[in-house]
Amino acid sequence: MLRAGDWSVLAGGAAVVAGLAWQAWFAPNDAADTAIIRAGGAIVRTVALAQPQTVTVPGPLGVTRIEIAAGRARVQADPSPRQLCVKQGWLARAGEAALCLPNQVSLELTGRRAAHDTLAY
Amino acid sequence: MTRSRIELPVTADDRRIARLAALAVGLTLAEAALPSPVPGVKPGLANIVVLLVLLQYGWRAAAWVSGLRVLAGGLLLGMLFAPGFWLSAAGATASLALLAVARHLPERHFGPVSLSVLAAFAHVGGQLALAAAWLLPFAALIKLLPVFAAAALVFGTVNGLVVSRLLAAPNPDKRQSAPCLIP
Repeated sequence: MLRAGDWSVLAGGAAVVAGLAWQAWFAPNDAADTAIIRAGGAIVRTVALAQPQTVTVPGPLGVTRIEIAAGRARVQADPSPRQLCVKQGWLARAGEAALCLPNQVSLELTGRRAAHDTLAY
Repeated sequence: MTRSRIELPVTADDRRIARLAALAVGLTLAEAALPSPVPGVKPGLANIVVLLVLLQYGWRAAAWVSGLRVLAGGLLLGMLFAPGFWLSAAGATASLALLAVARHLPERHFGPVSLSVLAAFAHVGGQLALAAAWLLPFAALIKLLPVFAAAALVFGTVNGLVVSRLLAAPNPDKRQSAPCLIP
């Protein structure tokens, strides 16, 4: 009833199912769950990405405002002249970071598993 | 005044397709009554009919039966042109497209079970592709993908085994009564 090719199709199908299950349920996911906020090189706050809130960090140029939301974070406002860290927008994956160098403030995301040292686009 | 009369000639092929499509529609309805733990996971019993038609009468007939099954099933279940109808149509289209290619696999090595499993995967794939493009964010579907794929594997295998059993059974159309030997 089952021919040789049928067995190979069944084996292929089982491999597809196993691959999808691994991918969906067991593969390390790189979603971030914590934001690390540094000022002048020292960690000032470590915030879980669960509660929406705004964190203000003072620096040499003024105050940097960091917005935390469910699963993501961004630098909302910063006194730096070129606004690079603000323009980066929302960060959501572990390893992503936004650096506001003139004001010496940085925002970095970490997850359950740190897959990369840093991510930038 | 002349009376106009429109005649639609009905061939034996039409009758056969209608009969087989009615069978497929019946299975679809019966299946809709079965409770399912995960919405969308169904045995796909109508595919048994489609596969039998494919193997006995060719791809065109199978496409007709499958199309009529989706249309009439949608009508009878009251979901014609609703999302569920389009998902069903997408699955049927994808699985017919794959069967058009897969039926040329060497028959010596690949039996009905192969065709059934491949068609089931294509069916689920077509449905999920449409759902991802239209109804749900893809991230939400990823977690469900393995469930649907496993269902396709299991039900595809079972349906394929049923088809090969039915093909192996003697064909009632060609059955001949045994000559009575009177001593």
